[in-house]
Parts: sequence; structure tokens; C-alpha cells
Amino acid sequence: MTWNNKVLRINLSKGEVKDEPLNMEWAKQYIGQRGLASKYLAEEIDPRCDALGPENKLIFVTGPLTGTPASTGARYSVVTKSPLTGTIACSNSGGYLGPEIKYAGWDMIILEGESPEPVYLYIENERVELVPAGELWGKSVWDADRWLHNKYQDPQLRIAAVGRSAEQGCLYASIVNDLHRAAGRSGVGTVMAAKKLKAIAIRGTRGLGNIHDPKAFMQAVSAGKKILAENEVTGAALPKFGTQVLMNVINEVGAMPTRNMREVQFDGASKISGEAMHEPREADQKPNLVTNIACGSCTIACGRISTVAPGHFTIKHSPQYWGASGGLEYESAWAMGSALGVDDLDALTYVNFLCNEDGMDPISFGATVAAAMELYETDAITKRETGGIDLRFGSAEALVEVGKLTARGEGFGKDIGLGSRRLCEKYGHPEFSMSVKSQEFPAYDPRGIQGMGLGYATSNRGACHLRGYTVSSEIMGVPEKTDPLTPEGKPKLVKAAQDAASAVDSTGLCAFSTFAWTLDDIAPQLNAACGSDWTGEKLMEAGERIWNLERDFNLAAGITGKDDNLPERLLKEAAKTGPAKGKVNELSKMMPEYYQLRGWTPEGVPTEETRRRLGLGA
Amino acid sequence: MLKSLKIEAEKCTSCMQCELACSYQAEGVFNTAKSRIKIFTFHHEGRFVPYTCTQCSEAWCLHACPVEAIVLNPRTGAKEVLADACVGCKVCTIACPFGTVNYDEDTKVVYKCDLCGGDPECAKACPTEAITYVQSEQTGLERMRIHAAQAAGLAGGAADSGA
Repeated sequence: MTWNNKVLRINLSKGEVKDEPLNMEWAKQYIGQRGLASKYLAEEIDPRCDALGPENKLIFVTGPLTGTPASTGARYSVVTKSPLTGTIACSNSGGYLGPEIKYAGWDMIILEGESPEPVYLYIENERVELVPAGELWGKSVWDADRWLHNKYQDPQLRIAAVGRSAEQGCLYASIVNDLHRAAGRSGVGTVMAAKKLKAIAIRGTRGLGNIHDPKAFMQAVSAGKKILAENEVTGAALPKFGTQVLMNVINEVGAMPTRNMREVQFDGASKISGEAMHEPREADQKPNLVTNIACGSCTIACGRISTVAPGHFTIKHSPQYWGASGGLEYESAWAMGSALGVDDLDALTYVNFLCNEDGMDPISFGATVAAAMELYETDAITKRETGGIDLRFGSAEALVEVGKLTARGEGFGKDIGLGSRRLCEKYGHPEFSMSVKSQEFPAYDPRGIQGMGLGYATSNRGACHLRGYTVSSEIMGVPEKTDPLTPEGKPKLVKAAQDAASAVDSTGLCAFSTFAWTLDDIAPQLNAACGSDWTGEKLMEAGERIWNLERDFNLAAGITGKDDNLPERLLKEAAKTGPAKGKVNELSKMMPEYYQLRGWTPEGVPTEETRRRLGLGA
Repeated sequence: MLKSLKIEAEKCTSCMQCELACSYQAEGVFNTAKSRIKIFTFHHEGRFVPYTCTQCSEAWCLHACPVEAIVLNPRTGAKEVLADACVGCKVCTIACPFGTVNYDEDTKVVYKCDLCGGDPECAKACPTEAITYVQSEQTGLERMRIHAAQAAGLAGGAADSGA
């Protein structure tokens, strides 16, 4: 069994370190990772607590396949209550940190309370220490990473850290591991910084050995790898272009949210696309993209490693950015590009570096700057508030300046760190915030992809594409093509995508594997590893259980069906160009059917019967 | 004919499949810390380079061992550590100019690549053919072809990084 059956529980207020067995009954019901830690959180904290107070907990959690060679099996999640949304938050990251938690002999790390002084957590197998981090506080993620590697002289130490944005209270700060992978959304980094925990450094030399049926496992893993290699998306498009393969595609279907979602197509899309990242640039005749990179165990390798063009205005006097680092993915290219009308690939790459260097979610950051640009355009904010920055749509210079300030939590960056909902309320135009439950939209306009509108409105962590990626069906035809412009049939599609994603996020595998794999491809890998009896159907049911558990948490936190909504712009202002021209999102046509399919009341509350069916307490 | 591991770093994505396959074959656990092959990351250059024992013909490690715990497998050409004979003196780790023989704190003996007895797991696990197991006399042929193409001014000479 690939569980170590060991939870590390740390009380930061008292500086206490304990270990305890993993609740295996819950693992049977909630699979692992997202589901399992959400169950722990729901049982252990009051959903109404202050997300940034000591009552909130922060859980680093692995899945049953994390650290195994099952392709993409390197994911971990951070589960907590979000300071941005007030909902339950689960942010998922790859890289190499997740497996290291397992190799050190742990399954989950629960962080409680709040340290009286800045600390970092050092774990070397069963040796666990909270170490004063006075010297690290105030440093970027990258500097903290270098400092820790220097101190321990161990190149194989895996590190997750928060940056200056988190320390300064940016509400969408991320936790960055391995320099450029991140538990990105919903402000999980803000919670970590509020607990005065700067970093976690882990070294595991124990390893995972207790595979239930090694022969069957290696066969299932090989079969899985073969499917990924032979699939057009996971075997060719993603390794070559990364998620940026979508930039031109989504622009063409007219679902590219542009200039704070006033438009649905961006004329500069091709300049910031995955294809553009391959083209030799003028400055040095080299492409932006240096190579692709995989997270641990991943045979897809969609990650981007990029450089900014030598001599570009962003880095001319800053040698620390001259080397290669994590490059643009579709979401970051969109959020800092199309959402702002900026088409300077190098500027976007640079600000993406800043997001990694100081740990902030590029989606919420970019979308908040988009809202700020609209506020600036209508004179609701002026150069007096921006500190002299000419915050016009299309200005790469403005993006770069605001990026630096927000990453470091300085000046006008403090305002941008509030997120769009709080920023727009502060300056009297709440209607400019393109968010649900205070979390900003990602890169798919729900006027051009109807199912995504329902998905955003009902996502348990606020607007999010990863909670139910109907783009697979509506645009890419996986598993079957549906018409993106009709709301019909979408409630069923959204529910299925949400339940499936909840299951996949709980296994240790990556969501991107599901461009090729179904849950039936995942079940045999889980079963051979753990001796469990999952089927595709049972995994779907567990996914539904997880979804309802999260819903219950949010309801108890005071977030209700009324919050399952979209900004007026998407419901009333029709798309101006492209295939979706004349369309708004038809949310009201989808919502009642969705609630019904979920087994919820018309107010969006799970019925007793639904709870009973899923084995959730009353 | 003898075979060797051929490593083409430009194809490596740093996915760690080779390290997991290696540690599982050698130690029965998935753990990069126990792998005989290691992927090194050169972050600023954006390069990932797998590296392991090249099985020298005149092996420094083998000659340095005072208790003859490192022996030649004549079938594979691998220099194999006899764990029962090894006394953990670590002289081989000093003798090896490449650093590919290392001491294991848990077992108190040294460990190195043994080519899995002639069927190396790392090569089988690699999804991008950055690691292959080929005739020893032909490890350089592909690079020669690329440079030959360049010398002749032909297009398509450069290796495809897959990126």
C-alpha cells in the first residue's frame, strides 16, 4: 500500500510536533489528497473561522499515487480555508515536493495555530524541526530557496516557500515549490504567511516500497503511459506547446476574455501564443522557449522553461532574470496578456517570473490588474492612487511596474493584492470585478463556452477552470464534442466534470492526464498500488461525495446558493465578435437543472437523501 | 557485442522515471535518493542531464577495492558491487573520477549502476529516449550523423529536443 499511514501534525503556536496514523476509513471514502484533506479540515475547523487567524489550519497532502511512477503521480495539494473567497480552498501543485513528503515517510502535514515568530519547517525523514526564520522573512521565494540549499548543502532538498507578496497580505499569494511550480489559487500562501511559516524543506531517503501487487502495478503503469504517449493532446500537443496550445484555439472560438472581459477575442493572441514561444526572436535569434519540463513521474512534460529576450526593457538592468526559468502557461499568458490587452511576450514572461519569484497567483493578479485598468479608464482611480503609473489597457510598462509592486507588497501593489472584488468595491465599481465568490475568472469566456459559466458559478473555490473542465468536451471533443454555444445538456456535463475532477485531484495524479485517461484507466493503477477496489464508477461517486463535502463546508461558512452567480457583464453584455457574437451566458437556464441533478434543494442545499446516499453526516 | 547506456541530455524532461525505475529495481523502493542514475538540473540554462556509471574498461573503482568486492560481469561489461564482500571503506568512491560510486548510510556498503544484469530499467522507463541501451561501438553514431549533416550544409541536422 502506497500510504505510509503517518500524519505529521504541527502546532505552530506551541511549537509542538506530533505524529499520528492516517485515518484509513476516510481514505477509503475520500481517496486521498483533495478529498481526504478536505474531510480532515471540515472535521477539525469551524468553517466560519477567520481564514488568517490561528483557528484555520493548513494541510499539505499527498494522494495514494504521489511518489509512484504512475505517470503524472507527483501531485500534492494544500487545503485550507481561503482568505480570498471564504470558501474551502484546495490548491494543487506538481514539481518534486509531493513525492519527497512520501519518501520522508509521511502522507500529510497538518499545520495548526500561528507561530509567534517567523519559522521554517525542516523535515529529514522522521527528524522534524521548526527553525527560527528571522533571516528568511522578507526574502523572495527564490532567495529563500537559495538560502536553504546553501545552509543544508543538499541539492536534493525540496523546498516550498511563500514570498514577499504573502508576507504583505496579498490575498491570492501562492505557495511555490521547486522554484516555479505552485499551489497557486485562492490565497493558500497568504494563510501560510499568516501562520508565520516561511518555508517547508523536505528530504526523504526512505522511499515508497509497500506496493500491494508490484507486478500488476507496473503493468498498469506501463499501460497508462502508453495511452498518454499515443494520445494527440498528451503525447504531442502538450509536450510541444504546453497548455499554451490553447491560446490561438480559444481565441478563434471567441472565448478569449479580453480587456477585463469586455471583448471575447484578442488581436494580439498569436503574438503571445505557444507557437510564438517557438519562434526565434530578433534579439538573439533564439526562441522564448528553452525546453519543456516534466513534473515528477510525468511522461507528458507540458511545463515551459523560458528566457526573456536579452536587452528587453524588463531585464536590461537586472541580471538575476537573465537565466531560464518557468515560462508562460496558457492561464498566465492570458491573465497578463489578453486580459490586459498586452501582447509583449517578453514582458509577460518576465512578470510570470515575478509571480514565481514572490509567490502570487498569476490568474488573480492579471485579472485584478484588468479590473484596475478599467477603473483607471473611467477615472475611478488616477495616477494619484497608482503612484504615477499610467495604467492603460495594452501597456506592458504598466503591467511590469504593477507586477513588481504587487510581488513585493509595496505602494499601489497593496491595492492590487486585495483581488478584484475588494479593489472594485473600494473604488466604487463592484461591477468591474470579474469574479465568483471573490475569486477571479480564468481564461475561458463563458459567453463562448456556456458550460464554463455554470462551472464557474458553482465552483467550490470560486471561479476556476480546474473544478470542472468542460472545455474538454465543448472545444476539444473529449470524450465527446458538445456545442459550446448552447446551455442544453451542460448541467449534466458540468456535474460529471466536477465529480471526475474531484476524484482525480484526490489520487496524486494530474488533471491533464484526463485528456487521455478516463477514471477506468486510473482505477487499476490505484488498486494495484493500494489493494483497493476502485472502479471508474466508484471513483465518480467518491468525487461526488467530495464535491458535496466541500459544498457543506461552504454552506456552513455562510456561502449559499445566492453566491452561485456570475457578474452582470457576462449575463447581459453580449459577445461582440466571433462565433459567440450576440451571446451572453445563459446561467439561469442551467442552474435549476444542475441543482436537481446534484440532489440539492432549489436553494442549492444538499438534501438529506443526497447526504445519506453519499454517506455524509447530517 | 557489448552494450552501453547512451544518454542524450537534450531529450531529458527531468521526469524522474529513470530514477524511480532504478531505485525500485535495485532497492525495492521508489525513491530518487536511492537511484544509481541521477538527473542534474541546470536551472539557469534550462538543461536536465541524466548521469550514471559509464562502466570503464579499466575501472578505477574495481582496481582500488582492497577486498575485491567490485567485479566485472563479463556478459554485460558492468562493474558490480558484491554487497556481502564490501567493507564500506569507500576507497572506490574516491577512486572513481566521475562520482558514480556512492556510499549508502543505511546498508553501510557502496552502490553503483550494474546495468540491471543487461536489461537496464532506466532505459525502459524513459519516455523520451533520452536514455537508450545500444551497442557500445555505436553510441556516437547519431551525433556523427548530425554533424555530418551540418558539415554537408543539410537542413534537419540539429537534434529534435521534443520541445
